Amino acid sequence: MNTMISLPKLKIPPQLEGELDIARIRADFPILQQRVHGRPLVYLDNAATTQKPRQVIEAVARYYNEDNANVHRGVHTLSMRATESYENARRTVQRFIGAEHPEEIIFTRGATEAINLVAQAYARPRLRSGDEILISAMEHHSNIVPWQMVCEQTGARLRVIPINDAGELLMDEYASLITPRTRLVAVVHLSNALGTINPLKRIIELAHARNVPVLVDAAQSAAHLPIEVNELDCDFLAFSGHKLYGPTGIGVLYGRKEILAEMPPYQGGGDMILSVRFERTIYNELPYKFEAGTPNIAGAVGLAAAIDYIERIGRENIAAYENRLLDEAIRKLSDIRELKFIGTAAERAAVLSFILEDIHPHDIGTILDGEGIAIRTGHHCAQPVMERLSVPATARASLAFYNTTEEIDVLVQGIRRVLKVLG
Amino acid sequence: MSAINDLYQELIRDHSRRPRNHRPLPEADHSAEGHNPLCGDHVTIHLKLADGIVREATFEGTGCAISTASASLMTEAIKGQTLEQAKALFRKFHNLVTGEARETSDSPNLGKLEVFSGVCQYPMRVKCATLAWHTMEVALENEAQPVTTE
Repeated sequence: MNTMISLPKLKIPPQLEGELDIARIRADFPILQQRVHGRPLVYLDNAATTQKPRQVIEAVARYYNEDNANVHRGVHTLSMRATESYENARRTVQRFIGAEHPEEIIFTRGATEAINLVAQAYARPRLRSGDEILISAMEHHSNIVPWQMVCEQTGARLRVIPINDAGELLMDEYASLITPRTRLVAVVHLSNALGTINPLKRIIELAHARNVPVLVDAAQSAAHLPIEVNELDCDFLAFSGHKLYGPTGIGVLYGRKEILAEMPPYQGGGDMILSVRFERTIYNELPYKFEAGTPNIAGAVGLAAAIDYIERIGRENIAAYENRLLDEAIRKLSDIRELKFIGTAAERAAVLSFILEDIHPHDIGTILDGEGIAIRTGHHCAQPVMERLSVPATARASLAFYNTTEEIDVLVQGIRRVLKVLG
Repeated sequence: MSAINDLYQELIRDHSRRPRNHRPLPEADHSAEGHNPLCGDHVTIHLKLADGIVREATFEGTGCAISTASASLMTEAIKGQTLEQAKALFRKFHNLVTGEARETSDSPNLGKLEVFSGVCQYPMRVKCATLAWHTMEVALENEAQPVTTE
């Protein structure tokens, strides 16, 4: 039963709140103003998807109410407005990730489609039997399976950078895994299962020293960590709008212009062509070559609104607040004797994965839901890393800048209740 | 709050903490492996049949409180039953946890197993409650491949 209620009273110590007016921020998120099972909703499943501020919801509604038309073809006013909104969204993304050119931004359905695009349009034509793709042991299934598929298609091999028990990459092993057969390194920036932040700069430097390009899976990090593709010097970067306070069904592939230009199209259809004759079709230029069919225009508009929203609050302010909240959550959860963190990397962000004695995470999730608390339980689409750390599943609380210290306290009380029911 | 206590009743808590018949069964003549990809739970059901009757039933593997208690109570419930009775019991149990039993006025007559009636309030947990039963049914058919709830 979901009833709208007035904002829960927030007691935020000033030293924690810092630069952010959390009560005002929370007021921007309509979905947070509800009760679940009679309790104020405590949404701690932000690594799965984030909630949307009304600025995003309204931007999507405004687009459909006022500007909706197909892009890149009509000469009429609405088509021009829709095209302008869509291309402005591309420039907003370009600025957000520090890309040099707008045509390096390709809109996709999400990070998954972005990685599949690189696997099929970049890797597949280049890979020969015996070549190697290098990923890490902490990848999400979306950065494993597309490579397995392309390996099956080409006879290439998938190699895996191991991690230690804390959930950190073994960098020495990584260096020795880059061989003359390595054709691509594909690695996650921020692990959705463990919260580990990987040393991207070093990873990319080591790969580039051997002329190996690098794809960064930024699905989890885009909302929490600053990303500057030029500074990182990565060759590809993928992320999803819905984990960044934007709509579902929109995502981004960044690709270095020279590399994208050499790649064949991923899908065929309208918008990705300059001319079509039955004898011969000429493909469109970047980025349209990779955007076959009518794109998710409203999604792009919503994503741009989400980026504007984040930038107005300030990415550094958000990161600083979230780090303090994470420290506080780690400190409070560490007081629970029965709780064990899974993933204790020195560099981590936003994600708290844990187990409670031998209580199954699904039971934890069900009981916490009864308290109005939404967390994720299971393998988090990262089965290999669960296997590596010898846990079948974990409970995962993941933070966003609209979460409060008061909500951390509710989580701690909820976990104590789980222990009472099943401990 | 009360919904949680309806789900995790004392009998379920007891069987999840101290599962009965939780052991291998070397003399088993029917076995099957079940898997719930949603939670990563694995269960193996072992059965010893004679004259069309389940003489012995055990299980191995770990899972959540609901699936462990369900496997434990199932092995108790089907012991001494004919194959047809065991299958019929699964149908009734299935109707109970999916809430279909509520739509008919028939009493489920499931004895101890009625402790799972709270599961129908939690559609996401129905698979946890039925994994052992699906696996048992496959074991009776003696099919070799692992069962999945998907």
